[in-house]
Amino acid sequence: MPNTVQEIQALDTGAKVSQGAESYQASTEDMIGEKLVINMGPSHPATHGVLRVVLELDGETITKAIPDVGFLHRGDEKIAENMQYNQFVPYTDRLDYLAPLANNVAYALAVEKLMGWELPPRGKAIRVISCEIARISAHLLGIGAYAMDVGAMTVFLYTFTQREYIYNLCELLTGARFTTSYTRVGGQIRDVLPEFLSELEKFCDGFLPALDEIDKLLTRNKIFFDRTKDVGVISKKDAIAYGLSGPNLRGSGVDHDVRKAHPYLDYDQYDFDVPIGAHGDCFDRYLVRMEEMRQSIRILRQVMKNLPDGPINIVDPKNTLPKKERVLMSMEELIHHFILVTQGLDAPEGEVYFGAENPKGELGFYINSRGGGVPHRLKIRAPSFVNLSILPKLLPGHMMSDVVAILGSLDFVMGECDR
Amino acid sequence: MAIVVKRPKLSFWEKLYLPGIIKGLGITLRHFFLSLTGKTKVSMQYPEEKWDSHLPEYYRGAPALVTDEQGRERCVACQLCEFICPPRAITIHPEEIPSEDKWAKVEKRPQEFEIDMIRCIYCGLCEEVCPEQAIFLRKEYAFTGLKREDMVHNKKRLYEIGGVREGLVNKWNELK
Repeated sequence: MPNTVQEIQALDTGAKVSQGAESYQASTEDMIGEKLVINMGPSHPATHGVLRVVLELDGETITKAIPDVGFLHRGDEKIAENMQYNQFVPYTDRLDYLAPLANNVAYALAVEKLMGWELPPRGKAIRVISCEIARISAHLLGIGAYAMDVGAMTVFLYTFTQREYIYNLCELLTGARFTTSYTRVGGQIRDVLPEFLSELEKFCDGFLPALDEIDKLLTRNKIFFDRTKDVGVISKKDAIAYGLSGPNLRGSGVDHDVRKAHPYLDYDQYDFDVPIGAHGDCFDRYLVRMEEMRQSIRILRQVMKNLPDGPINIVDPKNTLPKKERVLMSMEELIHHFILVTQGLDAPEGEVYFGAENPKGELGFYINSRGGGVPHRLKIRAPSFVNLSILPKLLPGHMMSDVVAILGSLDFVMGECDR
Repeated sequence: MAIVVKRPKLSFWEKLYLPGIIKGLGITLRHFFLSLTGKTKVSMQYPEEKWDSHLPEYYRGAPALVTDEQGRERCVACQLCEFICPPRAITIHPEEIPSEDKWAKVEKRPQEFEIDMIRCIYCGLCEEVCPEQAIFLRKEYAFTGLKREDMVHNKKRLYEIGGVREGLVNKWNELK
Protein backbone atom coordinates (compact mmCIF):
# COMPACT_ATOMS: atom_id res chain seq x y z
CA MET A 1 0.00 0.00 0.00
CA PRO A 2 1.42 3.41 -0.88
CA ASN A 3 2.60 5.27 2.15
CA THR A 4 1.30 8.64 1.15
CA VAL A 5 -0.97 10.95 3.00
CA GLN A 6 -2.85 13.70 1.38
CA GLU A 7 -2.43 17.14 2.86
CA ILE A 8 -5.06 17.73 5.48
CA GLN A 9 -6.97 20.93 5.08
CA ALA A 10 -8.33 22.30 8.30
CA LEU A 11 -9.81 25.74 8.47
CA ASP A 12 -8.46 27.72 11.36
CA THR A 13 -10.72 28.65 14.24
CA GLY A 14 -11.57 32.12 13.03
CA ALA A 15 -12.47 31.00 9.54
CA LYS A 16 -14.64 28.19 10.86
CA VAL A 17 -16.47 30.54 13.19
CA SER A 18 -17.11 33.10 10.51
CA GLN A 19 -18.21 30.41 8.08
CA GLY A 20 -20.63 29.02 10.64
CA ALA A 21 -21.86 32.47 11.54
CA GLU A 22 -22.39 33.38 7.90
CA SER A 23 -24.53 30.39 7.19
CA TYR A 24 -26.43 31.06 10.35
CA GLN A 25 -26.87 34.71 9.49
CA ALA A 26 -28.42 33.79 6.21
CA SER A 27 -31.16 31.86 7.95
CA THR A 28 -31.87 33.94 11.03
CA GLU A 29 -30.93 37.51 10.32
CA ASP A 30 -32.62 39.01 13.33
CA MET A 31 -31.16 36.90 16.13
CA ILE A 32 -27.46 37.36 15.38
CA GLY A 33 -25.19 38.62 18.10
CA GLU A 34 -26.76 36.96 21.12
CA LYS A 35 -24.29 34.48 22.64
CA LEU A 36 -25.27 31.73 25.01
CA VAL A 37 -22.89 30.13 27.48
CA ILE A 38 -23.76 26.62 28.56
CA ASN A 39 -22.05 23.99 30.64
CA MET A 40 -21.62 20.56 29.18
CA GLY A 41 -20.89 18.19 32.03
CA PRO A 42 -19.34 17.42 34.45
CA SER A 43 -21.97 14.71 34.62
CA HIS A 44 -22.93 14.39 31.00
CA PRO A 45 -22.98 10.86 29.62
CA ALA A 46 -21.02 11.84 26.53
CA THR A 47 -18.12 13.29 28.49
CA HIS A 48 -16.93 9.81 29.52
CA GLY A 49 -16.53 10.68 33.14
CA VAL A 50 -16.39 14.06 34.70
CA LEU A 51 -15.25 16.48 32.06
CA ARG A 52 -16.86 19.89 32.04
CA VAL A 53 -16.76 21.90 28.85
CA VAL A 54 -17.92 25.49 28.97
CA LEU A 55 -19.36 26.24 25.56
CA GLU A 56 -20.16 29.62 24.15
CA LEU A 57 -22.79 29.29 21.46
CA ASP A 58 -23.92 31.53 18.70
CA GLY A 59 -27.17 29.86 17.81
CA GLU A 60 -26.05 26.27 17.39
CA THR A 61 -22.52 27.11 16.40
CA ILE A 62 -19.83 26.96 19.01
CA THR A 63 -17.69 30.05 19.20
CA LYS A 64 -15.63 29.21 22.25
CA ALA A 65 -14.96 26.06 24.23
CA ILE A 66 -13.07 25.80 27.50
CA PRO A 67 -12.53 22.34 28.96
CA ASP A 68 -12.49 22.24 32.73
CA VAL A 69 -10.69 19.25 34.16
CA GLY A 70 -9.87 18.13 37.68
CA PHE A 71 -13.14 16.76 39.00
CA LEU A 72 -11.57 13.36 39.52
CA HIS A 73 -8.29 14.60 40.96
CA ARG A 74 -6.96 12.23 43.58
CA GLY A 75 -3.41 13.46 43.86
CA ASP A 76 -1.80 10.28 42.57
CA GLU A 77 1.53 11.98 42.00
CA LYS A 78 1.69 13.18 45.57
CA ILE A 79 0.57 9.80 46.86
CA ALA A 80 3.46 8.24 44.96
CA GLU A 81 5.94 10.41 46.82
CA ASN A 82 4.78 8.91 50.08
CA MET A 83 5.02 5.25 49.30
CA GLN A 84 7.42 2.67 47.98
CA TYR A 85 7.65 1.85 44.32
CA ASN A 86 5.77 -1.43 44.58
CA GLN A 87 3.02 0.04 46.71
CA PHE A 88 2.14 2.45 43.93
CA VAL A 89 1.31 -0.33 41.45
CA PRO A 90 -2.37 -0.59 42.55
CA TYR A 91 -2.72 3.14 42.00
CA THR A 92 -1.66 2.82 38.37
CA ASP A 93 -4.69 0.56 37.83
CA ARG A 94 -6.82 3.58 38.47
CA LEU A 95 -5.23 5.89 35.93
CA ASP A 96 -6.65 4.67 32.66
CA TYR A 97 -9.09 2.26 34.23
CA LEU A 98 -10.04 0.80 30.87
CA ALA A 99 -6.58 -0.64 30.39
CA PRO A 100 -5.13 -1.24 33.86
CA LEU A 101 -2.73 -3.91 32.62
CA ALA A 102 -1.05 -1.52 30.22
CA ASN A 103 -0.62 1.05 33.00
CA ASN A 104 0.92 -1.54 35.29
CA VAL A 105 3.40 -2.48 32.60
CA ALA A 106 4.30 1.11 31.78
CA TYR A 107 4.91 1.94 35.43
CA ALA A 108 6.97 -1.18 36.07
CA LEU A 109 9.06 -0.47 32.97
CA ALA A 110 9.69 3.09 34.15
CA VAL A 111 10.98 1.98 37.55
CA GLU A 112 12.95 -0.80 35.94
CA LYS A 113 14.59 1.78 33.72
CA LEU A 114 15.62 3.64 36.85
CA MET A 115 16.99 0.45 38.35
CA GLY A 116 18.74 -0.45 35.11
CA TRP A 117 16.99 -3.80 34.87
CA GLU A 118 15.92 -5.76 31.86
CA LEU A 119 13.37 -8.51 32.09
CA PRO A 120 14.02 -12.06 30.83
CA PRO A 121 12.35 -12.88 27.48
CA ARG A 122 9.39 -14.73 28.94
CA GLY A 123 8.59 -11.85 31.27
CA LYS A 124 8.69 -9.45 28.35
CA ALA A 125 6.44 -11.66 26.24
CA ILE A 126 3.89 -11.86 29.05
CA ARG A 127 3.95 -8.09 29.31
CA VAL A 128 3.32 -7.77 25.59
CA ILE A 129 0.29 -10.04 25.98
CA SER A 130 -1.03 -7.93 28.84
CA CYS A 131 -0.47 -4.69 26.94
CA GLU A 132 -2.24 -5.89 23.84
CA ILE A 133 -5.30 -7.34 25.57
CA ALA A 134 -5.52 -4.05 27.45
CA ARG A 135 -5.38 -2.18 24.15
CA ILE A 136 -8.19 -4.24 22.66
CA SER A 137 -10.28 -3.78 25.77
CA ALA A 138 -9.79 -0.01 25.81
CA HIS A 139 -10.48 0.43 22.09
CA LEU A 140 -13.60 -1.70 22.35
CA LEU A 141 -14.98 0.59 24.99
CA GLY A 142 -13.81 3.63 23.10
CA ILE A 143 -15.61 2.59 19.93
CA GLY A 144 -18.68 1.29 21.73
CA ALA A 145 -19.17 4.46 23.72
CA TYR A 146 -18.38 6.60 20.70
CA ALA A 147 -20.99 4.81 18.61
CA MET A 148 -23.52 5.16 21.40
CA ASP A 149 -22.78 8.88 21.64
CA VAL A 150 -23.63 9.34 17.99
CA GLY A 151 -26.71 7.18 18.26
CA ALA A 152 -25.78 3.55 17.58
CA MET A 153 -26.70 1.71 20.74
CA THR A 154 -26.23 -1.87 19.55
CA VAL A 155 -22.49 -1.61 19.01
CA PHE A 156 -21.94 -0.83 22.66
CA LEU A 157 -23.63 -4.06 23.73
CA TYR A 158 -21.56 -6.19 21.36
CA THR A 159 -18.27 -4.56 22.31
CA PHE A 160 -19.10 -5.08 25.96
CA THR A 161 -19.73 -8.75 25.37
CA GLN A 162 -16.21 -9.00 24.00
CA ARG A 163 -14.81 -6.94 26.85
CA GLU A 164 -16.39 -9.37 29.28
CA TYR A 165 -14.32 -12.15 27.71
CA ILE A 166 -11.24 -10.00 28.16
CA TYR A 167 -12.11 -9.56 31.82
CA ASN A 168 -12.31 -13.32 32.12
CA LEU A 169 -8.81 -13.47 30.67
CA CYS A 170 -7.59 -10.82 33.11
CA GLU A 171 -9.07 -12.84 35.93
CA LEU A 172 -7.19 -15.93 34.81
CA LEU A 173 -3.98 -13.96 34.43
CA THR A 174 -3.99 -11.82 37.54
CA GLY A 175 -6.71 -13.00 39.89
CA ALA A 176 -8.71 -9.80 39.51
CA ARG A 177 -11.03 -8.71 36.77
CA PHE A 178 -10.62 -4.98 36.90
CA THR A 179 -7.93 -3.72 39.22
CA THR A 180 -5.24 -6.03 38.01
CA SER A 181 -2.09 -4.81 39.83
CA TYR A 182 -0.26 -7.42 37.81
CA THR A 183 3.29 -6.18 37.62
CA ARG A 184 5.85 -5.54 40.27
CA VAL A 185 9.11 -3.75 39.81
CA GLY A 186 11.21 -6.48 38.27
CA GLY A 187 8.53 -8.83 37.10
CA GLN A 188 5.00 -10.10 37.44
CA ILE A 189 3.09 -11.55 40.35
CA ARG A 190 2.51 -14.86 38.60
CA ASP A 191 3.37 -16.75 35.49
CA VAL A 192 0.80 -17.42 32.78
CA LEU A 193 -0.90 -20.76 32.96
CA PRO A 194 -1.45 -23.08 29.97
CA GLU A 195 -5.22 -22.60 30.46
CA PHE A 196 -4.76 -18.91 29.99
CA LEU A 197 -3.00 -19.38 26.68
CA SER A 198 -5.69 -21.71 25.34
CA GLU A 199 -8.39 -19.30 26.50
CA LEU A 200 -6.56 -16.45 24.82
CA GLU A 201 -6.32 -18.44 21.61
CA LYS A 202 -10.06 -19.05 21.80
CA PHE A 203 -10.68 -15.37 22.40
CA CYS A 204 -8.58 -14.35 19.39
CA ASP A 205 -10.50 -16.73 17.15
CA GLY A 206 -13.86 -15.48 18.33
CA PHE A 207 -12.90 -11.85 18.42
CA LEU A 208 -12.21 -11.21 14.74
CA PRO A 209 -15.72 -12.22 13.58
CA ALA A 210 -17.18 -10.04 16.33
CA LEU A 211 -15.01 -7.16 15.19
CA ASP A 212 -16.19 -7.67 11.61
CA GLU A 213 -19.73 -7.45 12.88
CA ILE A 214 -19.00 -4.10 14.51
CA ASP A 215 -17.34 -3.08 11.28
CA LYS A 216 -20.47 -4.02 9.36
CA LEU A 217 -22.65 -2.07 11.75
CA LEU A 218 -20.63 1.11 11.61
CA THR A 219 -18.15 1.57 8.80
CA ARG A 220 -20.57 1.64 5.90
CA ASN A 221 -23.48 3.03 7.85
CA LYS A 222 -24.62 6.27 6.32
CA ILE A 223 -25.77 7.79 9.61
CA PHE A 224 -22.49 7.10 11.39
CA PHE A 225 -20.61 8.22 8.31
CA ASP A 226 -22.46 11.52 8.14
CA ARG A 227 -22.06 12.27 11.80
CA THR A 228 -18.32 11.67 11.85
CA LYS A 229 -17.01 12.44 8.37
CA ASP A 230 -15.22 15.80 8.15
CA VAL A 231 -16.15 16.53 11.74
CA GLY A 232 -13.39 17.49 14.15
CA VAL A 233 -10.61 17.65 11.60
CA ILE A 234 -7.19 17.87 13.23
CA SER A 235 -4.44 18.79 10.83
CA LYS A 236 -1.07 17.10 11.00
CA LYS A 237 0.57 20.30 12.18
CA ASP A 238 -1.95 20.86 14.94
CA ALA A 239 -1.76 17.28 16.11
CA ILE A 240 1.97 17.61 16.58
CA ALA A 241 1.80 21.13 17.99
CA TYR A 242 -0.69 20.11 20.66
CA GLY A 243 1.34 17.04 21.57
CA LEU A 244 -1.37 14.53 20.77
CA SER A 245 -0.43 10.91 20.93
CA GLY A 246 -1.91 7.51 20.25
CA PRO A 247 -4.75 6.94 17.80
CA ASN A 248 -5.65 10.63 17.83
CA LEU A 249 -2.22 11.55 16.49
CA ARG A 250 -2.17 8.72 13.98
CA GLY A 251 -5.67 9.53 12.82
CA SER A 252 -4.24 12.81 11.61
CA GLY A 253 -1.73 10.99 9.49
CA VAL A 254 1.38 11.21 11.65
CA ASP A 255 3.23 7.93 11.58
CA HIS A 256 4.34 7.80 15.18
CA ASP A 257 3.92 4.85 17.47
CA VAL A 258 6.15 4.54 20.53
CA ARG A 259 6.24 0.79 19.98
CA LYS A 260 7.92 1.42 16.62
CA ALA A 261 9.79 4.65 17.33
CA HIS A 262 11.38 3.60 20.62
CA PRO A 263 10.80 -0.14 20.83
CA TYR A 264 10.46 -1.53 24.31
CA LEU A 265 9.56 -5.05 25.44
CA ASP A 266 10.97 -6.46 22.17
CA TYR A 267 8.17 -4.88 20.17
CA ASP A 268 10.63 -4.61 17.28
CA GLN A 269 10.61 -8.41 16.99
CA TYR A 270 6.92 -8.57 16.26
CA ASP A 271 5.51 -7.90 12.87
CA PHE A 272 2.71 -5.38 12.93
CA ASP A 273 1.56 -2.30 11.05
CA VAL A 274 0.79 1.12 12.35
CA PRO A 275 -2.50 2.36 10.91
CA ILE A 276 -2.68 6.06 10.12
CA GLY A 277 -5.49 8.20 8.86
CA ALA A 278 -5.59 10.38 5.76
CA HIS A 279 -8.10 13.07 6.70
CA GLY A 280 -7.74 13.59 10.43
CA ASP A 281 -11.45 13.63 11.13
CA CYS A 282 -13.53 11.67 13.63
CA PHE A 283 -14.14 8.89 11.14
CA ASP A 284 -10.42 8.37 10.62
CA ARG A 285 -9.81 8.09 14.33
CA TYR A 286 -12.49 5.42 14.44
CA LEU A 287 -10.90 3.54 11.53
CA VAL A 288 -7.47 3.73 13.14
CA ARG A 289 -8.79 2.20 16.37
CA MET A 290 -10.51 -0.60 14.47
CA GLU A 291 -7.33 -1.42 12.60
CA GLU A 292 -5.23 -1.24 15.77
CA MET A 293 -7.33 -3.97 17.33
CA ARG A 294 -6.69 -6.20 14.34
CA GLN A 295 -2.97 -5.50 14.66
CA SER A 296 -3.11 -6.29 18.37
CA ILE A 297 -4.58 -9.68 17.57
CA ARG A 298 -1.74 -10.18 15.10
CA ILE A 299 0.80 -9.40 17.81
CA LEU A 300 -0.96 -11.66 20.30
CA ARG A 301 -0.85 -14.57 17.89
CA GLN A 302 2.86 -14.05 17.31
CA VAL A 303 3.60 -13.92 21.04
CA MET A 304 1.60 -17.05 21.69
CA LYS A 305 3.35 -18.89 18.89
CA ASN A 306 6.83 -18.21 20.22
CA LEU A 307 6.33 -17.81 23.93
CA PRO A 308 9.80 -18.32 25.39
CA ASP A 309 10.41 -20.49 28.42
CA GLY A 310 12.35 -19.53 31.46
CA PRO A 311 12.03 -17.12 34.34
CA ILE A 312 9.56 -14.25 34.30
CA ASN A 313 11.20 -12.10 36.93
CA ILE A 314 14.47 -10.30 37.25
CA VAL A 315 17.27 -11.98 39.17
CA ASP A 316 18.53 -9.52 41.73
CA PRO A 317 18.35 -11.08 45.18
CA LYS A 318 19.20 -7.78 46.86
CA ASN A 319 16.14 -6.02 45.51
CA THR A 320 13.49 -8.66 44.90
CA LEU A 321 11.56 -10.52 47.55
CA PRO A 322 13.03 -13.92 48.34
CA LYS A 323 11.04 -17.06 47.57
CA LYS A 324 8.17 -17.63 49.97
CA GLU A 325 9.29 -21.15 50.88
CA ARG A 326 12.66 -19.81 51.96
CA VAL A 327 11.13 -16.93 53.91
CA LEU A 328 9.00 -19.36 55.86
CA MET A 329 11.83 -21.60 56.98
CA SER A 330 15.09 -19.72 57.01
CA MET A 331 16.21 -16.83 59.19
CA GLU A 332 18.40 -14.97 56.68
CA GLU A 333 15.72 -14.79 54.04
CA LEU A 334 13.18 -13.74 56.64
CA ILE A 335 15.36 -10.84 57.74
CA HIS A 336 15.99 -9.87 54.15
CA HIS A 337 12.27 -10.07 53.41
CA PHE A 338 11.50 -7.72 56.29
CA ILE A 339 14.18 -5.25 55.25
CA LEU A 340 12.98 -5.20 51.66
CA VAL A 341 9.32 -4.78 52.54
CA THR A 342 9.91 -2.05 55.08
CA GLN A 343 12.63 -0.13 53.28
CA GLY A 344 11.79 -0.80 49.68
CA LEU A 345 14.09 -1.05 46.71
CA ASP A 346 17.57 0.32 46.83
CA ALA A 347 17.00 2.65 43.87
CA PRO A 348 19.90 4.72 42.57
CA GLU A 349 19.81 8.48 42.47
CA GLY A 350 18.83 10.03 39.20
CA GLU A 351 15.91 10.78 36.98
CA VAL A 352 14.30 8.79 34.21
CA TYR A 353 11.43 9.23 31.84
CA PHE A 354 9.75 6.31 30.24
CA GLY A 355 6.87 6.57 27.80
CA ALA A 356 4.85 3.59 26.68
CA GLU A 357 2.30 3.34 23.91
CA ASN A 358 -0.93 2.92 25.83
CA PRO A 359 -4.36 2.63 24.21
CA LYS A 360 -5.01 6.32 24.75
CA GLY A 361 -1.57 7.50 23.74
CA GLU A 362 1.83 7.87 25.26
CA LEU A 363 1.63 7.25 28.98
CA GLY A 364 4.85 8.51 30.49
CA PHE A 365 6.29 8.23 33.96
CA TYR A 366 8.97 10.64 35.02
CA ILE A 367 10.71 9.54 38.17
CA ASN A 368 13.09 11.73 40.10
CA SER A 369 14.88 9.60 42.62
CA ARG A 370 17.16 10.70 45.41
CA GLY A 371 17.95 7.12 46.25
CA GLY A 372 16.04 4.74 48.49
CA GLY A 373 12.71 3.06 48.15
CA VAL A 374 10.54 6.13 47.68
CA PRO A 375 10.51 8.41 44.62
CA HIS A 376 11.28 12.04 45.30
CA ARG A 377 8.92 13.07 42.54
CA LEU A 378 6.81 11.04 40.18
CA LYS A 379 5.19 12.80 37.28
CA ILE A 380 2.60 11.09 35.15
CA ARG A 381 2.27 12.23 31.58
CA ALA A 382 -1.34 11.34 31.00
CA PRO A 383 -2.24 11.06 27.31
CA SER A 384 -5.89 11.92 27.89
CA PHE A 385 -4.93 15.19 29.55
CA VAL A 386 -2.73 16.20 26.65
CA ASN A 387 -5.27 15.04 24.06
CA LEU A 388 -7.96 17.18 25.65
CA SER A 389 -5.82 20.29 25.35
CA ILE A 390 -6.81 20.59 21.70
CA LEU A 391 -10.51 21.11 22.52
CA PRO A 392 -10.45 24.96 22.57
CA LYS A 393 -8.94 24.84 19.11
CA LEU A 394 -11.00 21.97 17.77
CA LEU A 395 -14.55 22.66 18.93
CA PRO A 396 -15.26 26.25 17.75
CA GLY A 397 -17.06 26.34 14.44
CA HIS A 398 -18.78 23.05 14.97
CA MET A 399 -22.41 22.51 15.76
CA MET A 400 -23.48 21.67 19.27
CA SER A 401 -24.29 18.04 18.45
CA ASP A 402 -20.86 17.54 16.90
CA VAL A 403 -19.27 18.07 20.30
CA VAL A 404 -20.49 14.65 21.35
CA ALA A 405 -18.98 13.03 18.27
CA ILE A 406 -15.67 14.83 18.74
CA LEU A 407 -15.41 13.99 22.43
CA GLY A 408 -16.24 10.39 21.63
CA SER A 409 -13.62 10.20 18.91
CA LEU A 410 -10.91 11.66 21.14
CA ASP A 411 -11.58 8.74 23.50
CA PHE A 412 -10.25 10.08 26.78
CA VAL A 413 -10.52 8.75 30.30
CA MET A 414 -10.90 11.21 33.09
CA GLY A 415 -9.31 8.92 35.67
CA GLU A 416 -6.07 9.37 33.82
CA CYS A 417 -6.59 12.98 32.83
CA ASP A 418 -7.22 14.21 36.36
CA ARG A 419 -5.06 11.56 38.05
CA MET B 1 5.17 -0.10 8.32
CA ALA B 2 2.49 2.43 8.34
CA ILE B 3 -0.72 1.66 6.53
CA VAL B 4 -3.28 4.27 5.64
CA VAL B 5 -6.73 3.22 6.74
CA LYS B 6 -9.12 2.77 3.86
CA ARG B 7 -12.21 4.95 3.88
CA PRO B 8 -15.25 3.30 2.33
CA LYS B 9 -16.95 4.84 -0.66
CA LEU B 10 -20.65 4.49 -0.11
CA SER B 11 -22.65 3.31 -3.08
CA PHE B 12 -25.83 5.04 -4.10
CA TRP B 13 -27.83 2.26 -2.49
CA GLU B 14 -25.97 2.67 0.83
CA LYS B 15 -26.46 6.40 0.78
CA LEU B 16 -30.20 5.90 1.10
CA TYR B 17 -29.94 5.44 4.91
CA LEU B 18 -32.38 2.55 4.95
CA PRO B 19 -29.99 -0.24 3.90
CA GLY B 20 -27.75 0.58 6.88
CA ILE B 21 -30.68 0.31 9.22
CA ILE B 22 -31.86 -2.94 7.65
CA LYS B 23 -28.37 -4.40 7.85
CA GLY B 24 -28.14 -3.41 11.51
CA LEU B 25 -31.52 -4.94 12.22
CA GLY B 26 -30.41 -8.10 10.45
CA ILE B 27 -27.36 -8.44 12.68
CA THR B 28 -29.42 -7.79 15.78
CA LEU B 29 -32.00 -10.34 14.69
CA ARG B 30 -29.30 -12.92 14.10
CA HIS B 31 -28.04 -12.33 17.62
CA PHE B 32 -31.55 -12.54 18.94
CA PHE B 33 -32.14 -15.96 17.44
CA LEU B 34 -28.70 -17.25 18.33
CA SER B 35 -29.20 -16.27 21.95
CA LEU B 36 -32.69 -17.76 21.92
CA THR B 37 -31.22 -21.09 20.95
CA GLY B 38 -28.54 -20.61 23.61
CA LYS B 39 -25.61 -20.52 21.21
CA THR B 40 -24.41 -17.08 22.18
CA LYS B 41 -25.79 -16.84 25.66
CA VAL B 42 -23.85 -14.15 27.45
CA SER B 43 -26.07 -13.02 30.29
CA MET B 44 -25.89 -14.57 33.71
CA GLN B 45 -28.91 -14.29 35.99
CA TYR B 46 -27.16 -12.99 39.09
CA PRO B 47 -27.74 -13.77 41.95
CA GLU B 48 -29.42 -17.04 40.98
CA GLU B 49 -26.50 -17.90 38.76
CA LYS B 50 -23.03 -17.00 39.88
CA TRP B 51 -19.61 -16.87 38.33
CA ASP B 52 -18.03 -18.26 41.51
CA SER B 53 -17.22 -21.70 40.12
CA HIS B 54 -15.06 -20.08 37.43
CA LEU B 55 -12.97 -18.09 39.88
CA PRO B 56 -9.35 -19.19 39.85
CA GLU B 57 -7.67 -20.36 43.05
CA TYR B 58 -5.73 -17.11 43.25
CA TYR B 59 -8.77 -14.86 42.86
CA ARG B 60 -8.31 -11.66 44.82
CA GLY B 61 -11.44 -11.21 46.89
CA ALA B 62 -11.67 -10.18 50.52
CA PRO B 63 -8.51 -10.63 52.60
CA ALA B 64 -9.00 -12.95 55.56
CA LEU B 65 -7.00 -14.68 58.25
CA VAL B 66 -6.62 -18.43 58.32
CA THR B 67 -5.98 -21.11 60.91
CA ASP B 68 -4.03 -24.26 60.19
CA GLU B 69 -5.01 -27.91 60.72
CA GLN B 70 -4.07 -27.77 64.42
CA GLY B 71 -6.36 -24.82 64.95
CA ARG B 72 -3.49 -22.40 65.54
CA GLU B 73 -4.04 -18.90 64.33
CA ARG B 74 -1.32 -18.33 61.82
CA CYS B 75 -0.90 -14.61 62.38
CA VAL B 76 1.97 -13.68 64.68
CA ALA B 77 1.18 -9.95 64.58
CA CYS B 78 4.38 -8.91 62.83
CA GLN B 79 2.42 -6.01 61.29
CA LEU B 80 4.13 -6.28 57.93
CA CYS B 81 0.78 -6.24 56.13
CA GLU B 82 -0.28 -3.20 58.13
CA PHE B 83 2.90 -1.53 56.96
CA ILE B 84 2.64 -2.40 53.26
CA CYS B 85 -1.12 -1.87 52.78
CA PRO B 86 -1.31 1.03 50.29
CA PRO B 87 -4.67 2.44 51.49
CA ARG B 88 -3.85 1.72 55.19
CA ALA B 89 -6.88 -0.51 55.64
CA ILE B 90 -5.34 -2.83 58.23
CA THR B 91 -5.05 -2.14 61.96
CA ILE B 92 -3.37 -4.64 64.25
CA HIS B 93 -3.07 -4.59 68.03
CA PRO B 94 -0.62 -7.31 69.03
CA GLU B 95 -0.64 -9.16 72.33
CA GLU B 96 1.51 -11.72 74.07
CA ILE B 97 0.37 -15.31 74.03
CA PRO B 98 -0.10 -16.38 77.66
CA SER B 99 2.39 -18.98 78.90
CA GLU B 100 -0.27 -21.61 79.60
CA ASP B 101 -1.34 -21.55 75.94
CA LYS B 102 -0.37 -24.54 73.82
CA TRP B 103 1.35 -22.24 71.35
CA ALA B 104 3.12 -20.06 73.93
CA LYS B 105 6.40 -20.56 72.06
CA VAL B 106 5.08 -18.44 69.20
CA GLU B 107 4.99 -15.57 71.70
CA LYS B 108 2.85 -13.07 69.80
CA ARG B 109 -0.60 -12.96 68.27
CA PRO B 110 -3.03 -10.25 67.28
CA GLN B 111 -5.33 -9.14 70.06
CA GLU B 112 -7.38 -7.31 67.46
CA PHE B 113 -7.01 -7.43 63.72
CA GLU B 114 -9.21 -5.11 61.72
CA ILE B 115 -9.54 -4.68 57.99
CA ASP B 116 -11.61 -1.75 56.86
CA MET B 117 -13.35 -3.12 53.80
CA ILE B 118 -14.30 0.36 52.68
CA ARG B 119 -10.63 1.18 52.34
CA CYS B 120 -9.40 -2.19 51.06
CA ILE B 121 -8.51 -2.17 47.37
CA TYR B 122 -7.99 -5.93 46.99
CA CYS B 123 -4.43 -5.49 45.70
CA GLY B 124 -3.05 -8.58 47.41
CA LEU B 125 0.10 -6.97 48.78
CA CYS B 126 -0.75 -8.22 52.31
CA GLU B 127 -0.81 -11.80 51.10
CA GLU B 128 2.39 -11.24 49.16
CA VAL B 129 4.41 -9.94 52.09
CA CYS B 130 3.01 -12.15 54.85
CA PRO B 131 5.93 -14.24 56.19
CA GLU B 132 3.63 -16.66 58.02
CA GLN B 133 1.03 -17.58 55.37
CA ALA B 134 -1.59 -16.09 57.66
CA ILE B 135 -3.53 -13.75 55.43
CA PHE B 136 -5.07 -14.78 52.12
CA LEU B 137 -7.35 -13.13 49.63
CA ARG B 138 -10.43 -15.32 49.43
CA LYS B 139 -13.18 -15.72 46.88
CA GLU B 140 -15.73 -13.69 48.86
CA TYR B 141 -16.45 -10.44 47.08
CA ALA B 142 -19.93 -9.20 47.97
CA PHE B 143 -20.23 -7.41 51.29
CA THR B 144 -22.91 -5.10 52.47
CA GLY B 145 -23.48 -3.12 55.61
CA LEU B 146 -25.84 -0.51 56.88
CA LYS B 147 -23.21 1.34 58.88
CA ARG B 148 -19.56 2.07 58.32
CA GLU B 149 -18.74 -0.10 61.34
CA ASP B 150 -20.41 -3.06 59.62
CA MET B 151 -17.81 -2.84 56.90
CA VAL B 152 -14.87 -3.17 59.26
CA HIS B 153 -14.00 -6.81 59.56
CA ASN B 154 -12.74 -7.69 63.00
CA LYS B 155 -10.61 -10.66 63.95
CA LYS B 156 -13.57 -12.99 64.51
CA ARG B 157 -15.11 -12.16 61.13
CA LEU B 158 -11.75 -12.52 59.38
CA TYR B 159 -11.23 -16.01 60.79
CA GLU B 160 -14.78 -16.90 59.77
CA ILE B 161 -14.13 -15.90 56.18
CA GLY B 162 -10.67 -17.40 56.12
CA GLY B 163 -11.48 -20.75 57.66
CA VAL B 164 -8.96 -23.55 57.92
CA ARG B 165 -6.27 -23.78 55.31
CA GLU B 166 -4.38 -27.01 54.85
CA GLY B 167 -0.99 -27.68 53.42
CA LEU B 168 0.79 -24.68 54.87
CA VAL B 169 4.31 -24.75 56.22
CA ASN B 170 3.96 -25.57 59.92
CA LYS B 171 7.34 -24.48 61.14
CA TRP B 172 6.13 -23.84 64.70
CA ASN B 173 5.56 -27.55 65.18
CA GLU B 174 9.31 -28.11 65.22
CA LEU B 175 10.69 -24.75 66.25
CA LYS B 176 10.77 -23.66 69.84
